[in-house]
Amino acid sequence: MSDTISEIKSGGEASLAKKYSQLLARQGILVAFVLFLVVFSIFSDRFLSTDNFMTVIRQASIIGTIAIGVTIVVIGGNLDLSVGSLLSFCTVLVVDLHDKIGPTGAIGLMLVFALLIGAINGYLIGYLKLNSLIVTLGMLSAIQGITLIYTGGQNVDIQNQEGTWFAFFGRGYLWGIAVPVLIFLGLALIAEFVLKATTYGRKVFSVGGNPAAAVFSGLRRNRMVFSTYLLSAFTTACAAIILGSRVMGSQNNVGQGYELLVLAGVILGGTSLLGGSGSITRTIIGVLILSFIQNGLLLLGYPYYAQWLVTWAVIILAVWLDIASTRGKIFTSFS
Amino acid sequence: MNNLDSIENYGVHEAGTAPILSLEGITKTFPPSVVALDGVSFGVHSGEVHALLGENGAGKSTLMKVLAGIHKADAGEIYLEGRPIKMENPMDAKHQGILLIHQELSLVPEMTVAENIFLGYLPRKWPNRVDWKKLYGDADAILKRLKCNFSAKDKVSKLSIAKKHMVEIARALVFTPKIVVFDEPTASLTDTEKFVLFDVIHDLKAQGVAIVYISHRMDEIFTLSDRITVLRDGGYRGTVETKETDEDEITRLMIGRSLDTSRNIDTAQFGDKVLEVKNLSCGSLFQDISFSIRKGEVVGMYGLVGAGRTEIAETLFGLRTPTGGEVLLDGKRLDITNTTDAVRNGLALVPENRKEQGLVLGMSCRDNITMAVLQHVSSAGVLSRAQESNIYDKYAEELAIKSPSGAQKVGNLSGGNQQKVVIGKWLATHPKVLILDEPTRGIDVGSKSEIHKLIRQLAKSGYAVLVISSEMPEVLGVSDRILAMYNGRINGEFLDSEVTEDDLVRAISFEQKGQL
Repeated sequence: MSDTISEIKSGGEASLAKKYSQLLARQGILVAFVLFLVVFSIFSDRFLSTDNFMTVIRQASIIGTIAIGVTIVVIGGNLDLSVGSLLSFCTVLVVDLHDKIGPTGAIGLMLVFALLIGAINGYLIGYLKLNSLIVTLGMLSAIQGITLIYTGGQNVDIQNQEGTWFAFFGRGYLWGIAVPVLIFLGLALIAEFVLKATTYGRKVFSVGGNPAAAVFSGLRRNRMVFSTYLLSAFTTACAAIILGSRVMGSQNNVGQGYELLVLAGVILGGTSLLGGSGSITRTIIGVLILSFIQNGLLLLGYPYYAQWLVTWAVIILAVWLDIASTRGKIFTSFS
Repeated sequence: MNNLDSIENYGVHEAGTAPILSLEGITKTFPPSVVALDGVSFGVHSGEVHALLGENGAGKSTLMKVLAGIHKADAGEIYLEGRPIKMENPMDAKHQGILLIHQELSLVPEMTVAENIFLGYLPRKWPNRVDWKKLYGDADAILKRLKCNFSAKDKVSKLSIAKKHMVEIARALVFTPKIVVFDEPTASLTDTEKFVLFDVIHDLKAQGVAIVYISHRMDEIFTLSDRITVLRDGGYRGTVETKETDEDEITRLMIGRSLDTSRNIDTAQFGDKVLEVKNLSCGSLFQDISFSIRKGEVVGMYGLVGAGRTEIAETLFGLRTPTGGEVLLDGKRLDITNTTDAVRNGLALVPENRKEQGLVLGMSCRDNITMAVLQHVSSAGVLSRAQESNIYDKYAEELAIKSPSGAQKVGNLSGGNQQKVVIGKWLATHPKVLILDEPTRGIDVGSKSEIHKLIRQLAKSGYAVLVISSEMPEVLGVSDRILAMYNGRINGEFLDSEVTEDDLVRAISFEQKGQL
């Protein structure tokens, strides 16, 4: 009996230590985030200021808005790598059409095309059950091609930059907050609510967590997957409106590399690429970390490309810590 | 029937006096507080088949993993031929002549059968090239010994699960092992393959190899083993001579009480026909299936793996498209093309593979139970936590689901409780027809009889129930009527009160006319 008692005792002590390590594991990304802020504020006096923070969040809003849709796709058990060139295409389209058919028509038509591309992705992956990595990777280059054909290789811009309400989305302020930030956080709030509190969200988690069990429970896997791609196309289109409005013009490859930044933010937030788990809040934190690293490195005077290396290191560290916390140790043993 | 006869010969054994392998006081804890093994001791003789029995979680697999060098014991000694041995990793165990044949497959799917059998030990020829001729020759010899009807050159990914298991077993025969541990080897084998495996075990035994045999299936243990050791809750509960014991004693040792296997044969009248299947066919999978289930009735569908039972269930549930015939529900023709339709029409399927098809393991018990009734626990698409909890509480109580709370991840529950969650999910939809495909596969004896009782209760409360099973005691125990499947056809229909085991074995093994 004394064995059992000591067992329970040591169990009690262990559980306190375990509580801390569990907290660290679960909130590790948040801890890392705060650590970053502290370190950067020590080394740069400009870093820790409301102005700088608002700038960073505004810069993060484009990646963040796209990441909202991509997070939903990933929770549903798939990937979307086409968002980079979709962002280019949508931005070029909305900017080019602005002067031709006015802002309302431009936004409307651009949304139609974005959703059409999302629907093609969704059909191929949801209904024909093709591999999402391959489909969206193919779509990435296909859309880049379409964009180049559309523009004939030229960049586009808006002539009358001051006299259009289109400028509101990228340059405006409401209640003292930049509109891109409002769009980003507004969409995030809605998406988080939909994921956590609606039947739609629950179905996305189920389908991503175990597609077979979802189908065996009478859920329509194909329809759910299809819809997640419409959502990622939609949030990408929203990001394109912000980007087009902010720059009032567009290079035909403006979104190049965004797909990886977005995915980095999602992974950094801790949403599992296997599907079935994750949250928008986590993704926002992931995206903000990336943006703060970028910003901090620039303020510290490092060259632009340094952020790529640091981003890589941060992602590896995040994934490693995540695995280590589920495994209970940092390194694995034999086999 | 030759195979059946030849098993009868197994029984006798002449064990050596000192055990070749003995484990003494093995203790293993998983921090913080799980005691998986608590001072377990037992010995195995050369030329003996020693069965290791226990409910899920009793510690059998942990004990064998300690033996195979996968886990390290906290305390205790392992003696091989009288000498204490230390094992740091699986390689050590292999070199000592201890081989563990895993429950889970560990094959490389894209390699050939031969490459898998000799993985890590490919025969070489000068100057350090693989001797393919010898490799395939040796591998074919082993396969022949196992009476396998596939070639050593076949790719493993193209084999059925049962055949993959045979490859796994073939691996053990590359060496001349002293001790072979089989961990639930027959779980996915057909009867024929099972008998081949028994022959192999017999051969090994004749060569003086000591065999540890872990299984849930009593009948196998009684035909194969010489002695039986029982574990319960990580502790040693006793070793008995197989010849001198019976199922009752073993069951008592395993669960610490006697099982109530009897059931009240309810002679109450059944209600109207709920489900009626007429001449249903699906390509080469099954043909011309006709049967009906009445309200309050349990129909058992008994047959071997591959006889088309699961496929019928899947067709009824809209997962496959039939090529002929029709299905009537309450007298109305059903046209179901997907599972959503099936659920909407009042069908429910507890699938064969709980973990892969039944549950989202990473989700909570509550979220799993409400998965098929999301529209009932929400308004305008917004979920109500309170209503979800109500549903969970209701079925947790009704089915006696043992879980700390509804928020517990379903993957953390035991097999029996997981199955209850799946059943709860379907009861929440208030189905008319409940189909259960192998409802107690991989579930320990105690939970098994609980689930059987539950099935009877459900029928009594008015469900029409179809139970698909390859375990005869299960079919006999729960059904009012039994359909025997053979080769994609219904090969006999029996009333539970009149059928004998002999009838059933014959009906699932040979072509014959039905007899009701």
